[in-house]
Amino acid sequence: MPDGGFGVYVHWPFCQSKCPYCDFNSHVRHRPVDQPRFVNAFRSEAAWFARQTGGLPVQSIFFGGGTPSLMLPDTVGAIIDSIASNWTLLPDAEITLEANPSSVEASRFAGYRDAGVNRVSIGVQALNDPDLKRLGRLHNVAEARAAIAVAQRLFDRHSFDLIYARPGQTAADWERELDEACRMAGGHLSAYQLTIEPDTVFASLHAAGKLEVPPPDEAAALYELTQEVTARHDMPAYEISNHARPGHESRHNLVYWRYGRYAGLGPGAHSRIDGKGHVLGLSAERHPERWLEQVERQGVGTVFEEKLGPVEQGDEYLLMGLRLREGIDPDRYRAISGRGLDRRRVADLVENDMVEHLPSGRLRATPAGFSVLDAVIADLAADPF
Amino acid sequence: MTKTIDHIRNFSIVAHIDHGKSTLADRLIQSTGTLSEREMKEQVLDSMDIERERGITIKAQTVRLLYKAKDGKEYTLNLIDTPGHVDFAYEVSRSLAACEGSLLVVDASQGVEAQTLANVYQAIDNNHEIVPVLNKIDLPAAEPDRIRQQIEDVIGLDASDAVLVSAKTGLGIDEVLEAIVHRLPAPKGDIDQPLKALLVDSWYDAYLGVMVLVRVIDGRMKKGQRIKMMGTGAVYDIDRIGVMTPSLLLKDELMPGEIGVITASIKEVADTRVGDTITDDRKPCATALPGFKPAQPVVFCGLFPIDAADFEDLRTAMGKLRLNDASFSFEMETSAALGFGFRCGFLGLLHLEIIQERLEREFDLDLIATAPSVVYRLTLTNGDEKELHNPVDMPDVVKIDEIAEPWIRATIMTPDDYLGAILKLCQDRRGIQVDLSYVGNRAMVVYDLPLNEVVFDFYDRLKSVSKGYASFDYHLTDYKTGDLVKMQILVNAEPVDALSILVHRSQAEKRGRAMCEKLKDMIPQHMFQIPIQAAIGGKVIARETIRALRKDVTAKCYGGDVTRKRKLLEKQKEGKKRMRQFGKVEIPQEAFIAALKMND
Repeated sequence: MPDGGFGVYVHWPFCQSKCPYCDFNSHVRHRPVDQPRFVNAFRSEAAWFARQTGGLPVQSIFFGGGTPSLMLPDTVGAIIDSIASNWTLLPDAEITLEANPSSVEASRFAGYRDAGVNRVSIGVQALNDPDLKRLGRLHNVAEARAAIAVAQRLFDRHSFDLIYARPGQTAADWERELDEACRMAGGHLSAYQLTIEPDTVFASLHAAGKLEVPPPDEAAALYELTQEVTARHDMPAYEISNHARPGHESRHNLVYWRYGRYAGLGPGAHSRIDGKGHVLGLSAERHPERWLEQVERQGVGTVFEEKLGPVEQGDEYLLMGLRLREGIDPDRYRAISGRGLDRRRVADLVENDMVEHLPSGRLRATPAGFSVLDAVIADLAADPF
Repeated sequence: MTKTIDHIRNFSIVAHIDHGKSTLADRLIQSTGTLSEREMKEQVLDSMDIERERGITIKAQTVRLLYKAKDGKEYTLNLIDTPGHVDFAYEVSRSLAACEGSLLVVDASQGVEAQTLANVYQAIDNNHEIVPVLNKIDLPAAEPDRIRQQIEDVIGLDASDAVLVSAKTGLGIDEVLEAIVHRLPAPKGDIDQPLKALLVDSWYDAYLGVMVLVRVIDGRMKKGQRIKMMGTGAVYDIDRIGVMTPSLLLKDELMPGEIGVITASIKEVADTRVGDTITDDRKPCATALPGFKPAQPVVFCGLFPIDAADFEDLRTAMGKLRLNDASFSFEMETSAALGFGFRCGFLGLLHLEIIQERLEREFDLDLIATAPSVVYRLTLTNGDEKELHNPVDMPDVVKIDEIAEPWIRATIMTPDDYLGAILKLCQDRRGIQVDLSYVGNRAMVVYDLPLNEVVFDFYDRLKSVSKGYASFDYHLTDYKTGDLVKMQILVNAEPVDALSILVHRSQAEKRGRAMCEKLKDMIPQHMFQIPIQAAIGGKVIARETIRALRKDVTAKCYGGDVTRKRKLLEKQKEGKKRMRQFGKVEIPQEAFIAALKMND
């Protein structure tokens, strides 16, 4: 088992409509998607990746998107079976599916459970209807509550997502909403600060001055408020934007953040697998139908391949690992990157209360450091003085 | 066949930048058949890339033209092309000394500009016969009558028989050639006297070594002759002798009045002294020529490699440039902030810019230039005198009795509309008005200004306030004592030596404020608050604060995003390489230059 574990990601690239803030690889189709044909393509890719990695034990599968809850339960089941037959699926493997909370989709939750899914992550995003509408969501708050209730009944582990720092949102609004969310939550909650991503509807509105997002000071205050409220409910952040009660952390996402290995199946999916003396970074054709055709022709949808050397791996380990409250292991960083962390840079960051050493020898960001983590990482990754 | 001295004409072209000097030279070369169509290119005498790109001449070039005049005789015309910019005025003066006449080229629509004046007065001082040439006569805006009148009014030169040309279309070129033959005097000289020749210029050629441009006054200069430099006393045997066509054409000897080139196993350009008199070692002439004042560097700055590992390469590159440009000087310098580098002396800001650009381009070096500084003269309390090239070296104020700074006399010509803004600019820079006069709707202002107020960005500001219409020329006049103080910039309480400047007390607060504001814009936010202060002695005169970074984190980062995130991180790492560390603060190198530019 690689350091950080091994998981399989499955990307379902379709949505009913495109949300204005989203820059993920998602596409809207007005004709029914030929799901059996996609299943075959996923099977081909699973077999291709398994030949590269050998029969590793799989500790997690994650269906992301797009909107995976538009998949038929049979489609999901067939893909899980194919992963299980190409690798060794551990008995306690976490199998998560991202779902939208519309009543139609919630009605499929039982089918997903029967297909092998044991965790859902629901895209709730907001607990008030006007904001849901502004975020381009097709559900309302009542449906969201109902979907969470269904998940509660069917799954031991489930989660939902919220977006905050929304246009016009005050600290008081957010505190009330987050407080309610924590009470509704099972063991896990993700709270993402709204960011304006390039090439989205929000980016155009923002550029045209028609969408205001909170300035850095307010955004920082909202972030701090989020930490306070979740801590009150015993759901501290184990990652920048992810909160869980002990034992409810997303094991799949921990594979990424602990810089483990993962095979990504589907259009636009990224992978990190071991090569000979390096790590291979692969990414697939993003366009669904073109991906399908390429997989049918060549067995895999990879369009970009990069050999990651020690420096690149070191950078990625910092980028991912420092997002976690458990931080990084400096010895592992040294082993991966071929160089130690620069003592003077670390000392300066410690002095500025940005990072701290743990008794275990690990290094992690302090609460102040998390607010400016990108700058902290840039410092640690930079060449020594 | 050796032609007699009567059939030689030596001439320069003086003009303001952009008035078409190089194009006219091209046409003269072309129409005398000196170069074939195939060999011809634009600005043929400007051999450096940087000269062609900027459309300027840096290094004087010489070319021999053979012209069959309308009187049926063949004449040898020696043209010495000269730079137009003030920084290279010394090149102009030596070229003029080798000639008997000049073409004064004036744009027929723009008229007389500041550089025209400076150069034409130099030509008059050298007793030149001057032929006015009005160029760009083909343009609809050309007003030859008005410009003729202007030449008479401003320069005091009879322009009634000015030659009208278009160097672009070739119109009037024959008339120019005839005017050179008939209106410029032939050189004088005595072939029977001992050799007396003027060392006009020297440069380094990768194949031939040091080449020396000479003007023979009396006697003969021959291949194999043992010559003596009268000033330095050095003796050499002439290896090669020839004329520039513009490539070297070997000959056996040079006669009085001729301009040519010799090589003589001279190791370095620095071994030759421009203006020296060359004579025959065995049969020397009685008296030397008056010679020229050597060009003195007036502006100094530090040049440091961005990558410390490039230091030796920088030293080698500077040595190579100096082979060809003895007016550029350098010595090693260490800076707490910037590491090892060189303190360099230049003839002016354009010279500085050009050397820096050539080092970066021709030798592929990345450099940081520190604040340009002039040469101050300090009188210490113990009576010693000291020249100060670098504010960092300034002694403790209690040991200084007084500080003197160089002043210049500047001539600015401008359309009337911009006069107000220009007067304000000069006043703001401590200028003292000497003269203000009008020619038509153009004003000519003469100001005395401290050079240290000019070296930063005066020229840029002048261009900006006049929308590019004002022209500017200057020469150094003298040193005057001034109330000068050393201003330091402290970033996060650490003094940044590379940003120390000497400044007049009356300007200190304004400059300090401007520098702090610039640095505030240029230094990225850090994880802590950064005070930026300007201080004189221990007293803070201006302050800005860069607030601590509050929020900088990617909200969502899944596996798929990591490649994109890593690419961003790699860019940040690259950016950090180009920053300099001061205490705990990283300052981007652009900040050093930006901090010194002022927005008045």
